[in-house]
This record gives sequence, C-alpha cells and structure tokens, in this order.
Amino acid sequence: MAEIKAGTQAHLLEARNITKRFGGLVAVDDVSFHVDAGEVVALVGDNGAGKSTLIKIISGVHRPDSGEILLNGQKIHIDSPIDAIDHGIETIYQDLALAENMDVPSNIFLGRETTKKVLGVVPVVNQEHMLKESRKVLDRLDIKIPSLKSNIRNLSGGQRQAVAISRSIYWNAKVLIMDEPTAALGISEQKKVLELVASLRTQGIAIIIISHQMYDVFSVADRIIVMRRGIKAGERMVADTTTEEIVSLIVGAESVEKRSQ
Amino acid sequence: MPATTAERRSSLSETLGRNWIGIFLLVLIALFSALSRAFFSIDTAQLIFFNGTEVFLLAIAELFVIITGGIDLSVGFVMGFSTVVTSKLIVAFAALGLSPLASILLGSAAMILIGLLPGLVNGWLVAYLRVPAFIATFSMLGVTHGISELMTQGMPTKNLPALAGNIGNGSFLYIPPSGVLSFFLRPQVARGQIVVAILPDMVVFAFIFILIFAFVLGKMKFGRHLYAIGGNIDAAIRSGINVKRDLIVSYVISSMFASLAGISYVMKYITGKPDAGANMLLEAIAAVVIGGASMAGGSGTVGRAILGALVIAILETGLRILGMQTFMTYILVGAILILAVIIDQVFPNRNR
Repeated sequence: MAEIKAGTQAHLLEARNITKRFGGLVAVDDVSFHVDAGEVVALVGDNGAGKSTLIKIISGVHRPDSGEILLNGQKIHIDSPIDAIDHGIETIYQDLALAENMDVPSNIFLGRETTKKVLGVVPVVNQEHMLKESRKVLDRLDIKIPSLKSNIRNLSGGQRQAVAISRSIYWNAKVLIMDEPTAALGISEQKKVLELVASLRTQGIAIIIISHQMYDVFSVADRIIVMRRGIKAGERMVADTTTEEIVSLIVGAESVEKRSQ
Repeated sequence: MPATTAERRSSLSETLGRNWIGIFLLVLIALFSALSRAFFSIDTAQLIFFNGTEVFLLAIAELFVIITGGIDLSVGFVMGFSTVVTSKLIVAFAALGLSPLASILLGSAAMILIGLLPGLVNGWLVAYLRVPAFIATFSMLGVTHGISELMTQGMPTKNLPALAGNIGNGSFLYIPPSGVLSFFLRPQVARGQIVVAILPDMVVFAFIFILIFAFVLGKMKFGRHLYAIGGNIDAAIRSGINVKRDLIVSYVISSMFASLAGISYVMKYITGKPDAGANMLLEAIAAVVIGGASMAGGSGTVGRAILGALVIAILETGLRILGMQTFMTYILVGAILILAVIIDQVFPNRNR
C-alpha cells in the first residue's frame, strides 16, 4: 500500500480518502489511489460506480466533500477546471471539446492563441507559429494528419482524439485523464489511440484511463483500479490478474466471496 | 498524388458549390447589362454601392452574431432608432449655435456611443440570463421601435443643416474640368460642366468601419473566439475563452453597425424616422447567408457577407433602373435566400 511506502519518493498524483455525496447518494466513498509518471492506470467499473465523479473531482469539475489531492507529495487545491490545468492535470472527455469548424492549429491553441504585433501595437494571431508548433507536437507523438489546415470536421474519430491529446501534451500535461478514449472508434483507430497512449507513457506522462473495454485495459494499462458503488472494490497489477478476476470485481462476486469468509 | 476522376469531379462540384455566389453575381450583372444599356457603367456601380450602404452595414451587424450561433432581429429598428436620435441630436446641436459640421460630427459620434446600448442589453440577456437570442433581440426590436415613435410622435425629423445632405450625397473625390481636385463636397462649377465624382462619402464612411472589423474578425484573438463559440461553445468555455464577455461584445458590435447604418441614412435622406430600416432585416440576414454563413454559427466572413450584400444591392438598383417596383426586390431576395440554403445543402462546404 502507498502509506507503507511513505518516506520513499512521492507519487506524481495521489488522491487520499476522497468522498463525494450528491444529496443522499454517496457517489465516491473514501477512495484513495495514485498514479506515477510513465504509468497508465485504468479505472474500471459498472455504470454509476463513481468513476466519472472521481475523475471530475481531480479535473476540478466537482469539489470533494472530504479527502485531499497531492501532486508530487504537495497538497493542492483544485477548485475549477482551470486550476487543474494550471497544475498540469488535463482531461480529455468523450466529446473531446474541439471546435469542429476550425483547423488543427486553431484547436491546439484554442483560447491560448499566440500573437504577434503588427505595426508595433496591434496583436494579431500568429498562424505560422501555431502551425509550426502544432506540426512539432504531432511529430513528437508520431501522429499523422494529412493536412493541418483542414477543419476538425473532416478528420476521423481517431485523428480528432489525437488532436485533443496533442493539445493537452502541448500545454505540458503531466497527468492526462482520458474518458473512454476508444469508444466510438473503428478497430484500427482504437489500435492507433492505444499506441499513442503507450507512447505517452514512454514520455513520462501519468495517464488515467476510464474504459469499459477489457481489451483496451489489458493491452495498455499497468494497473487497474476497480470501482463499485462508490467504493474502491479492488486494485490489481495487470501482470498479476486476469479479465475474469477484474470482471468479477466489477460485478461484485469476489468481494461477496471474501466478505463471507 | 494524382486525383482520381471521382475526386476531381467532387472537387469541381465543391468549387462550384463554394463559389456559386460569385458566378451568380456575374450572371446578374450580365443580365441587367443586357436588359438595360445604362446598367453597365461606373456611375451605376457607384450607385449600387451608394444605395447599398445600409445593407452592407447591416450585413456586418448580423454577421458578428450569426458567427456565434446567435441572431439579431433588432438591427432594422436599431437603425431606425439611430436615424431618429442622430437627426434630433444634430438639430439640437445646431439650435445651440454649433456650426453645421460640428453638429453633424458631434451628433454622429454621440450616436455611435448610444448605439452600443441596445447591443449591451441584448448581449447581457443572451450571455448572462440565457435568454434565447431570438427572444432578446426581438424584444429589443419592439423597445427601440417604441422609443423612436415616442421621440418622433409620427413626425420624421426635419430641419437638418443642408450640409448633412451635401455630405451624405457627396463623393470622396471630385474632378472638375478645371482639374482642381476637391474632396467630400461637390465643388461649385459653371452650369453644364461635367464633374467626375468618385466614391460616395457614405460608402467610404461605411467601409472604414467594415475594414477595421474585418481585420478584428479575421486576424485577432477575439475574432477567433467568436468562431470557436459558434462552433462548440462548451469547448470554448473549457479552453478558458471568456465566452460571456465575447458574446456581449459581438452583440454590441452588431448594434453599433446598425447605428452606423442609421447615421448613413440620415446623411443621405436628411431625415430620421422610426421605420427607416424596417424592411432591412431580411436583407441583412439574407446577405450573410447568401455569403455562405451557417445559421448554426461558426462560419462566415466579412468578405463573403459583403459579396452577399452586393447581390442584394445589385438586384435593388438593377430593378430600379429597369423601372420595376422595389417590392420585387423583397420577393427576389427571399427567393435567393432559400436558394442559398438549398445550394449549401447540395454542395456542403467542407472548409470555411
């Protein structure tokens, strides 16, 4: 357990005893977990298990009723999505938050456009710089998009996902949270996104993936955290577990067994 | 990579779909030129721009909010309100003993400031109180109309200084036979002498603002953010764009351009009346849509909106030269608006 290792190097991101209630419902019940640099943690569980709520607390959408969040061992306060981003915690939701009517550089730089001064005073959006930087980050992640000048509307689902990921990486994400990144993608595109996740890991990014797809989880994650009805039902290293065990943790068979012992 | 025949064909139809408006414009000019010998001339070209000044301004007014996915139904009556306030201010300033020129400049400048208010209210209602743009601006239409009627009591403003009309109907540059150039106002020449006039004053006035705001929309961060808001408002919010402020500013720009149209009207027709722009909402929206913008937001440019407005202006002046009733314009503008939407669906523009 993490507590036992206290004194050794701190985790990149750690959540301790997080609880969140919505009225009478305890959506997240005293959950602790961590993720390290260059590690992929999969968060699995049935619908309503509390995965999304937990993620939204870390990304600043919800505030926890109790518990704390630590970054490199330092306690941080995340009161808004902007706070999370300022701390290098980027979240890619299923809808990707891209402006489909705009091109790739415009999306990577959305809200943070670089400008240059014209006539010494008038700030003008610096298209060339944004294009160049976009190409750089896409190359670094080995993402191939035929024309960066084409609108997001004309890209495939996988390419869009890649643009959303590139945006986070460009803005120095240390922790990348991905909500169902392969949902709604074709088979070959799913594979590409998983490859991209693997390459992010080698670049030292800490990644948290929410997924329903056992294949994804087992092919890309290092560690699996199972949520069930708001509690952390189990945590396994991918190398030490099987699909069957994870599924039984998700539906609750195993813990019922343990409790009865 | 060599394009296949199918690709080439689709790119051809795409090109046609994207540029049909340019082709339509040429056909329109050819048609009017064939029907009337007087049509194809520099004078007519200037007349088209002169008559169309308010349409150009209102098209830009509408464009800024349509890009955000909104609509401004109040532009026509904000323009009417502007004609009333501008004309009354000028008359009042002149009555205070100010020179005609000072009265005109001061009145117009004051109106540009006052003209920001309807947009401020519209934008605040839309951005902060989440009132649908349709309702907020429709109500503003009623409010500005009512205030204008109260101010005029059914009597269009009279007694503006003659200088207003001279400016409004003047041109930027005059070349008399003597060769001595004069600017803005028609020089006095002997009877029978022909003075070449270039660029109506009000067209220059309008295009100074239009060009500035084309730059703002196309080149500055604020402009980008309007497209982002129209494309995906959630993405805009999450990326840290100040969506509420930007929305308000877009409605303020809209009502400012509507006010400019009112000022132009006062100068040209030396009067102000509440219904000066009553029929112009159709033309303003049509210009933007004919220019290829989507009512869903996220697309449209100043250049294309001006092209759309030019179609309407040519139609208006062309029909007038042919001696047809102006009501014909409304019917045709309505028809072309529908045509534009249909063409847009047959040839979807992939990149705008």
